Parts: sequence; structure tokens; C-alpha cells
Amino acid sequence: MITYPFDYKRASSIAEAVSMLAGGGKALSGGHSLIPSMKLRLNMPDTLVDVGRIPELKGISMDGDELVIGGGSTHGEIADSQLVKEKLSLFADGAAHIGDPAVRNRGTIGGSLAHADPSADWPALVLAANATIVVTGSNGERSIPATDFFTGLFSTALNDDELITQIRVPVLAGSKSTYQKFAQPASRYALVGCAIVKQADGQVSVAFSGVADTPFRDTDVEGNLNSGKKPGPVGKGQSIMSDNFASEKYRVHLANVYLQRALEAVA
Amino acid sequence: MSNKYIGQSIKRVEDKRFITGKGRYTDDIILPGMLHAHFVRSPYAHARLVRIDLDEAKAMPGVIAIYTGNDVADVNGVPCGWQVNFRSGEAMREPKHPMLIPTGSTAKHVGDAVAVVIAETKDIAIDAAELVMVEWEELPAVAAPADALSSDAPKVHEQFPDNKAFDWTFGNPIEEVDAAMAKAAHITELEFVNQRVVPNAMEPRAYIGSYDETYDKYTLYTSTQNPHLIRLLMCAFVLGIPEHKVRVVGPDVGGGFGSKIFHYTEEALVTWSSKQLGQPIKWTSDRSEAFLTDAHGRDHATKAEMGFDAEGNIVGLRIKTVANMGAYLSTFAPAVPTYLHGTLLQGLYTTPKINIDMTCVFTHTVAVDAYRGAGRPEATYLLERLMDLAALEMGRDPAELRFQNFIPPFDGVEQPGYQTQVALQYDSGNYEAVLKRGLEMLGYDDFRTEQTKAAKNNKILGVGFSTYVEACGIAPSAVVGSLGARAGLFESAQVRVQPTGKVSVFTGSHSHGQGHETTFVQVVADKLGIPMEDVDLVHGDSDALAFGMGTYGSRSLAVGGSAIVKSIEKILEKGAKIAAHKLECAEGDMEYAEGKWTVKGTDKSISFGDVALTAYVPHVYPPGLEPGLDFSSFYDPANFTYPFGCHIAVVEVDKETGKVTLKRMIAVDDVGNVINPMIVDGQIHGGLAQGIGQALFEGTIYDENAQLTNGSYMDYCMPRADDLPMFETDRQVTPCPHNPLGVKGAGEAGAIGSTPAVVNAVIDALWSAGHKPKDILMPLTSERVWQAMK
Repeated sequence: MITYPFDYKRASSIAEAVSMLAGGGKALSGGHSLIPSMKLRLNMPDTLVDVGRIPELKGISMDGDELVIGGGSTHGEIADSQLVKEKLSLFADGAAHIGDPAVRNRGTIGGSLAHADPSADWPALVLAANATIVVTGSNGERSIPATDFFTGLFSTALNDDELITQIRVPVLAGSKSTYQKFAQPASRYALVGCAIVKQADGQVSVAFSGVADTPFRDTDVEGNLNSGKKPGPVGKGQSIMSDNFASEKYRVHLANVYLQRALEAVA
Repeated sequence: MSNKYIGQSIKRVEDKRFITGKGRYTDDIILPGMLHAHFVRSPYAHARLVRIDLDEAKAMPGVIAIYTGNDVADVNGVPCGWQVNFRSGEAMREPKHPMLIPTGSTAKHVGDAVAVVIAETKDIAIDAAELVMVEWEELPAVAAPADALSSDAPKVHEQFPDNKAFDWTFGNPIEEVDAAMAKAAHITELEFVNQRVVPNAMEPRAYIGSYDETYDKYTLYTSTQNPHLIRLLMCAFVLGIPEHKVRVVGPDVGGGFGSKIFHYTEEALVTWSSKQLGQPIKWTSDRSEAFLTDAHGRDHATKAEMGFDAEGNIVGLRIKTVANMGAYLSTFAPAVPTYLHGTLLQGLYTTPKINIDMTCVFTHTVAVDAYRGAGRPEATYLLERLMDLAALEMGRDPAELRFQNFIPPFDGVEQPGYQTQVALQYDSGNYEAVLKRGLEMLGYDDFRTEQTKAAKNNKILGVGFSTYVEACGIAPSAVVGSLGARAGLFESAQVRVQPTGKVSVFTGSHSHGQGHETTFVQVVADKLGIPMEDVDLVHGDSDALAFGMGTYGSRSLAVGGSAIVKSIEKILEKGAKIAAHKLECAEGDMEYAEGKWTVKGTDKSISFGDVALTAYVPHVYPPGLEPGLDFSSFYDPANFTYPFGCHIAVVEVDKETGKVTLKRMIAVDDVGNVINPMIVDGQIHGGLAQGIGQALFEGTIYDENAQLTNGSYMDYCMPRADDLPMFETDRQVTPCPHNPLGVKGAGEAGAIGSTPAVVNAVIDALWSAGHKPKDILMPLTSERVWQAMK
């Protein structure tokens, strides 16, 4: 499998990347989803803008009560970060579930979120953690709450000339969290990925990857749980996916099982 | 003779180049002026080629030629190498696979090629192929074997409206089996599918055709398991070029599992095109093409019944199977469901009456042919699923039921071989012993206690058994000839002692992961009593050796190794004459050991190296004896070899999700004598992974248009290390009585025994939890197991 001819540009700063993207082009970060789809010619951008070597996109730090992860951080860097393990173990655990070491060493959180594969692990994690996706484009910087970020199958609120620069996550004292994943056996993407953050006061946020064509916060389940009721069925009103590995019915069943397991883990 | 190497786990000498990335595979070979080919393939499983427009593609810079079906109309299609006729006597229907589909004709599976683009680079060839405009008329298609037989099924070949390639029956007459079954106290009946799997060798197929006008000679580099066989098929049946003008080289080959035995259209096309253009042409399959165009394995739909008397003795076995051949008959395809499957239905049991009724059908899918085990895994799956299910149904212990029905031990020397109801005569076997050992390793009594205890903790555990026998060391030529093979299945070897006493061994066997460069050299070094470093193995080049039949059917050591031993015997016989002459004594007084000939009862001796030098510098030499020390041999086995064993799986099933976790995999195999235990263990491990893969993970999924919907590793699940437990293996040795090394073959055993053990374990787990499914479709995905528990 060989790609078609395309132009390649490498940006050395966010500003340069944005100006290159504005000229037409697709951002290349780790390339673990983009390059294979180009080899299969399912995705055929004319120009790739490599954002993989922009220093500003790297780094993980605290800013007040927020953990700030550079959009170019690899899954491996997040999984191995002492700071993430300490402040937001949900992200360290979740990142460790992604792919295999080769994938984790190349793939980035920003790239994964921008690609918005409904079965990827990051969507459930950022949704449950109430993260904010910070993006920069020709019109400057804006912050998109994770809950507004995923707009459909492989679609996001990101404009073509925008780059994910940071993921900012509130660190909640006394909270508990978990990510429970039932992996599709071949791809190891999530058939069901259930992320829960339970705050010190017992309020939970519950998000799913892999279940519907768009990753989602299950507000019905949250509402029930936060008013002391049983969670009720997962995925009401969602477009539940069906494929060779899980029919719609089985997927919903799995989602309910994994919700239970996640709730037990944060009990 | 010495005993320095045989039986030792010598590290594989070939691994240095493989592990350091220095193996030389076909795709690594770059010839001067080499061009690159890319195929335009049918996106439909069944479609008429209405029109093909090459203008735009031909105009692309760097494109050298584009050939279509009309250009290669004079080239014969790829033939089949085995003929099995209808029971009515009607000849097997044998539509040849055209090189490229001509205009007006129909593509018969997704991936069937319609044009080949040849360009200066692979990139250009791929880009130009996108510009080839093909107008198709899509037609209805059928993928599943049982569906192909329905009266309104789409026809694969217009001239064969019933979609049958042939039908076949084997064993005892059906009336006798019916009569036996009528008296049975219990009949266990099972309908199941042995699903289609994709071989997935790590190295995809790759070929370079190179025609040299100066010498009027062709060279084909090919990722094959049998270079000579490819040469024979391609020269004599496809291209019609003289065999002595063709050299076929199989360099390092990264796995085959059967899929690289067969002759493929792409091999002949790069060779033919090279002659047209006068330049070498390379084609390397990509993984997506491999899913669509490599011959697949298995694909049987079966109804099987096993009858028992009131005491639990098997009284009869009655089987009806439909086997999928795909769209065309691949090289060995007809043999797989018949003579490599029907002949194994005796299993390890004394079943007195057996009949199989087999229908082999065409479908709009790529060809199905031999895949690791080839027919024997299907037979083992059938028998062993029936045995465990029968035990559950009759409330018997599955191990006890087997002990009761086993053929008693026979060594093939003191006791004769065992004559089955299905033609074969087993060479030697001791079936009780492998099951006993397996039960010991399992800790059977403890397991049942643990199973009960686990159930109280809401966990479902299960154990599954499989005891198998297979036919390897393929095969006695006269026997297979009488069964329809169009080739002999001997092997040849040449042992050339160089003047310095170093030894080059040429074998027709082909190593593509089996470790021949180590195992064969261990044998030669010990037989000659010289260091392994003094012996080199040459394989995979049709110019280097007179003939060779290649590697498949766990035959290399049993057949190829035996040919080498024959040559060594000739070397030692001639060497003794030279030694006796040099030592001035009678030939009969010579004895050979530890690399030298000694006059019996004296300390007078001459080394192997001195004799070798004398053979090439024959100044003081036996009168009338030819110089040189170099012998070729052909070895045609007297019988198949019959390895056997016991595989036991322990699984845990997640009650809520249906997910199966394989907790233990025990394998006790008897593959006869063992030359290199580590390599045999490696073969068993790899086979187990593939067999478990079929049980739990692998399998093609076709949609209603016969499109493969899981043709990538994102969707087709190969077993990975973290899916598997640490394997617990042990061995028993019952030597083969009819070949000089006493070896039986180990390449396929793991894949043959393990699949039913794993499925049986899941069924056992579910029965222990009160669910009583007779079958769950393979692969046992979590959803299917969950369904079975609902």
C-alpha cells in the first residue's frame, strides 16, 4: 500500500502551522490513523502540514487547578507522566489502554481528538473529565468544552485551519475516576469504553466511546445516578453502532455491563 | 555416526540473518532495469467486464505497458494439480483460472484481475491503475458453500449450473453405516461450520519474472514453498515454455502455511510480461490484496452423526459435508476435503462403520486450498467436537469415553499397523498414553473441583479435550496417484562432499520458517560425524537441484530428510571403498564412526576429510571406482506418517459479556523421533496459536454481495501473544517404523489438535452453568457466546 503523491510541509510553530493550514492542508501529528487511510486512498488530502515537531505543542503541566496537556503529547508520554498519574490517573490509565507501544509512542492526544474516531479512547476520557479543548486558528484561540467538541461520526467543532493546542482538565480534589474498556479484539479500539469521574460530593459524569456513532456523555444515566436512582439504560437517543464484532443489541448490553463495572470501580 | 547433535536444541543458524533484518526475501531483490507491476482488480464478486479503457493510464509518464485479458488470451489459465471425479464417473469440473479476465467475460471473485499495469516504479503503477477505466455489469453472487447448492443460487460458471465441482463418497457403503446407526442406543448429531480463514503469512506473496534474451532463459523469483513444482506447472501447463529454460528461485520466504504451495496467475504473468518487455518485472502483494487473492483455508458446512451402543462404544459415523472450493480449483484444492479429510475420519477410535458424503462447490470467492493441516484439522474438529458433545449428552466423562474407544497401542514393528475403515493404515500409535499424560498435566480431578468451586464464585470454567491423529510425510507417490494426484510426492536430495571434506547438502524441501538449515544440518553432521559448521544446506533453487517437491504436509524431515539419509548412505558406502583401499584392507573390515573409517579391531584409521580429498585427487585409488564423492537420491515414502497427540484447553467465560479467556493450553504430541526439540516446540507453539486463532478470533465475513467485510487487521482478528496463555507442552516418542529417521512431522500438529479443544472447553463451561448449546459458530466471539447463554 503506497499513498498517492502529496505535498508535505513541516511547521515549526503554532503560528506557522495555522498559516499553512489556512492555505489548505491537513495536519499530520502521529499519523497513525491518517497515513493508513491515505495508503488505502480513503482520505486524500493534497497537502500535509506536519505539526509533530512544534515545541509549543509538547509538555504537560499544572496551571492553577487545571492539568494542561500539550496537543502534541503522545499517548505514551501521558501514560508515563508522573504528573498525570498523580493529578489525573484517569488519563494515565486511559492512555495506557490505547493500541500498543508503537502506537502510543507516535499517536498524540490532539491528533486522536481531531480525528474523532467514535471508538477511540480519548473522547470518553475528555468528556467524562469535563476537559476543554483549546484550539488555535486564523481567527485566534478559542476554547471548546469537550461536550461541544464531538459533532458526529468523525466530525468535530474544529475548523479546517484550526489546530488543537492544549487539553485543559480540571483536577478535582477527592474525586475518583475509572475507564473500563471492552476492546474490539482485532483493532483493540473500544467496542465499549466507559469513563466515569465521581466528584467528592458523589456527583458523577459518565461518558462512552465505541457505543454510538458520536462519543457522548450519557446525561440520562448521569441524571438518574446524581439523583440517587438506578442508572437506567445506556445510550438513550444515541445512534448505536453495529458491526461484525457487536450488534446494536449486544453493544448496548455491553455498555450497561461496563457502566456497572465502572460504577463499582468508583464506589 | 555420532550423537552430538540429533536430539539437541541447537539454536537456529538461520535466525542470525532473520533477527538482524538481513533475510533476503523476493521483495529485497533488485535487478538491473527492473519494472514494477500492479493489478487492476474486480471490486465485485461477480461482474461482467463490459469495457476497459486504458488511454488515460497509458499516457501517464513512466507507464511501460498495460496488458488486459485480450492480450494474454493465448496464455493458458492456471490448472489444478489433483483430480477427483464425481461418484457418477463424470470428470471433475475444472474451469481454468484465466490470467486476466477478458472483455465480455466475468470476474468471479473480488480481486479477480482484469489488467496489469507495468511501470518504472510501483508508485507509478498504482497511480496509473487508478486511471484504468473499467465498466462493469454487476451480477448476483454467492459466498457460502451451502447457499451455492440452492436452485436459485447465482451461477459461478455458466456451464456448471448446479455450482458443483464434484461430489464424492468414501468409507463403508452408506447402507452398512445406516444399518449400524439404526442399532445405536444414542446418536450424537452436530451441525457446524468449519469457517473460512485467511492464511496471513507475514511476508505477502512476491514475484520477479526476468527473461534474459542473451541466454534465452527465464528466472522467476517467487515466495513459494516449492520452486520445482511452480516451474513444472508454469512451464508445462500455463506458459508452454521448455522447463530447462526456466530457473525458479524461492529465496527466504516469510511463512506460507500452505498458501504459497500453489501456482498463482501473478507468477505466470510477471514471467510472461518480462519476455514481452525484455526487462525484469516485480510484483509484491500488499496486505489488502493478500486478503482477497491468497488461497484461503477450511470452509466446510457439515452435518455429522456419531452412534454409540448402550455401553458407549462407537458403532458408526455418518457425515454430510459441503466444501467451498471458491471460484476456481487451486493447485491441491480437490484433495483437501477428500483424501486429506475423509481418510482421517477414523481418528483414534475403533469406529467400525464410517461414511462421508462430500459435495464440493464453486462460489464467488477466492479459491480455498490447503492451509496448515489441510483437511486434517477439519476431520479432527468434526470427531473431537462429537466426542465431547457425546460425553455431555450421555453423561459420560469425555476422557473415559475416549479411553474406551481408543485403538489399542501398536508399534508397527511387533504389532502390525492399524487398518482403518477409510483406506489409511496407521504406522504406529499409542493413543492412551498421550491422553493419560495430558490428564496428569491438567490435574483432571483437581480441575473438576476447581470448576465447581468457581461456579459458586460466579465464574464459569470449562475444559475441552481433543485427541488427534494426522497423516503427514506426504506422500507415497503410487498411493496419491491412484487417488487423483497429478504429481509424485517423493523428495530428492544431493549430498556433495567437497575435496576438503566440507559438505553441501541440496534439498528439494523448502524452509520458510521451519528451521531446515539447522535441523537438516544436525542430521547430516551426526550421520557423517563431522561438525555442523562443516555442512551447509542449499534449498529453494531449481537450478541447484535436479528436482524437489517442496515443503507442506509436515513432510520435510520425513521425506526430504530421508532422501538426504539415502545420499549419506551412498557416500559412506563409497567412502568405505576408498578408505579400505588407502588402508590396504578389505572393505568389509571397515567401520565408520566419529568422522573416520577404522579397520575393525585395530587403531588404523583414515578421516572423512582424507577420504574426501582422495576421491577428488584419486592418485592412490580403487581400480574401476569413479572419482568424486557426490550422490543424489530420491526417496518415495512407503506410507504416510501418523503423528498423534492430546490437546486440552481450559477456559473461563465471562458470564455477563460472553468473553472467553483461554487460561491453559496443554499439548502432548507424539511426532516420532525429534531432531531438535526447541524447533519442534516452536512448530507446536505456532500451530497452537493458529488453531486457537480459528477457534476464538479468525474467520472471513462475507456480505450478501460476497464482499469480504473484514479484509484488514483492523477487522480480521489474528491471535496475539496477550490472547494466549503460556503453553504447557510435552512429548511422547513412538518412532515412525518406515523411514530411516523414525520421524513423523510436527508442522501442523498444533493447528490440528487445538481448535476443537478450545471450542469444547467453552461448550463444557456453558453446560456446567446450565446452558446446553450443542454448538457455537467459530470464531467464538463474545457476542456469540453471550447469545448461547441467553
